[in-house]
Amino acid sequence: MPDSLNPTVTPTASTAGQPVRFRGGGFTVKRHPWAALGAFAVLIGLWEGASRLGLASPLFLPPPSAVAHALAGMVTDGSLWLNLKASLARIAVGWVMGTAGGMLVGFAMGIFSTARAVGVPLVSAFFPIPKIALLPLFILWFGIGEPSKFATIGFGVFFPTVIATYSAIDQVPRNLIRMAQSFGLPWGSILRSIVLPGALPGILAGFRITASIALILVVAAEMIGAEYGIGAFVLMAGNLMQTDTLLAGVLVLSLLGLAIGTVLSQLERRLLNWR
Amino acid sequence: MRLLVSDLTHRYDDLTVLDGIDLTLAEGEILAVIGPSGCGKSTLLGIAGGIVAPTSGSIRVEGEVPDGCLNPITFIFQDFALLPWRTVEDNIALVLEHHKLSAAERRERVDSGLRRMGLSEFRNALPKQLSGGMRQRVGIARALAVRPAMLLLDEPLSALDAQTRELLMDDFLELWRREKTTALYVTHNLDEALRLADRVCVLSRRPGRIRELVTIEVPRERRQEPSAQAHLAEVRGRLWHLMKAEAQMADREIARA
Ligand SMILES: Nc1ncnc2c1ncn2[C@@H]1O[C@H](COP(=O)(O)OP(=O)(O)O)[C@@H](O)[C@H]1O
Ligand SMILES: [Mg+2]
Repeated sequence: MPDSLNPTVTPTASTAGQPVRFRGGGFTVKRHPWAALGAFAVLIGLWEGASRLGLASPLFLPPPSAVAHALAGMVTDGSLWLNLKASLARIAVGWVMGTAGGMLVGFAMGIFSTARAVGVPLVSAFFPIPKIALLPLFILWFGIGEPSKFATIGFGVFFPTVIATYSAIDQVPRNLIRMAQSFGLPWGSILRSIVLPGALPGILAGFRITASIALILVVAAEMIGAEYGIGAFVLMAGNLMQTDTLLAGVLVLSLLGLAIGTVLSQLERRLLNWR
Repeated sequence: MRLLVSDLTHRYDDLTVLDGIDLTLAEGEILAVIGPSGCGKSTLLGIAGGIVAPTSGSIRVEGEVPDGCLNPITFIFQDFALLPWRTVEDNIALVLEHHKLSAAERRERVDSGLRRMGLSEFRNALPKQLSGGMRQRVGIARALAVRPAMLLLDEPLSALDAQTRELLMDDFLELWRREKTTALYVTHNLDEALRLADRVCVLSRRPGRIRELVTIEVPRERRQEPSAQAHLAEVRGRLWHLMKAEAQMADREIARA
């Protein structure tokens, strides 16, 4: 019997022609868990070093250590919580109002074609207005206090929510709705059991956008007229040339944005674990 | 339940999809419908199931429905149409939710569907965790839960690989051995038609017209036997001849358009 037909005898490497050259490297995503942390450390280190060496004026660009010190001061004298509380309350009220209204209108536009025919041109007309431009009008209507800020944030959140909601409803697979109809499910059940959960991914993606809009608008509104709030705090620090305090406020805003994003990610993980 | 289709025509805007279909499905009969893609098979099923309104003609059903039937005309879909956010058992329970049933009966309908399709241990799984074959078994269990009088199957095995298809054909044979549910079975696949159907309806390319109705003379249970093979081969030859001609002409027309 020839060797080539005997499966127990395999040719050894040295007798068998050329080795196949590996050429499948690269173009894959590798995880580098420490790279981001390292980059932060280097950036902060360079910044601190530049400051210490006198390359940057501590007034215009205070070193990270000064910013940290200012932040610690905000914690101990209670101004952090005082201002954060004011901003969070405005974001919460404005965002909930805009989201509730936007979802209601978005659902109507997603489900009823007349509502869509009326709504789309209106939304297209109002959506591009930078909502902060309406704050002076809202101040005239509602006064300088909280309601004008709620209205600005709510208005800014409303339109993107409308768009996200009705687009999300368009994304609900038609075949699932057909299936439900073929089993005789009533209209309300189809809405509750299929349209709502099917639209949830798109609606939650909209939350991400509207949360960042709310953060931008609350800062802007507080800079125009507020006693407390992170926006007012940052503006005040700027006016007093306290750049370390100013940057501490900015740092708080950055952490706030990060925290909101994390909460939304958790929400998505919980509610959309079926994907 | 019997299905009576007479002079059925359907147009989507200017596109005529079905043209003058006359068809009768006897009680307990399984009719396979084959034809080139785009000839209106899914549309025909949609009309039969009351989810597409025909342009003209009539479609009627008559006869008894089984005890406990909740949805006489019931679909089984090519893409399974499962809710991805619901577990296997909740997908089945979905189609019972709007019916007045005792909690015990609800459970029993879900459980018996799961048991018959061999899904009991996957009752809490999400669709994404199941293979294609298992997903279609959920689709079948869901259909059985409403005790249908007539099944409309739209290429139920087309999304599955060859082995899975064989296994599910056995499941269908078992189903039709136990319940004589009338069925309209749309397929691309001659094997499925020859294994499962009593008669095969060949549709022409679009607009779909009935080219031929072929009766398979050997009963379903005996089609694996050697004595049946000559007849099956002859039927297969005839069906293939008709299908091939229609498919080739359909291809040429698409190329020209
Ligand atoms: N809702 C619809 N609107 C317009 N055209 C459609 C619609 N559904 C199907 N069609 C067209 O009708 C023809 C027949 O479709 P279908 O019944 O799905 O065919 P088949 O199932 O035989 O492949 C196809 O050309 C398809 O593009
Ligand atoms: Mg089809």
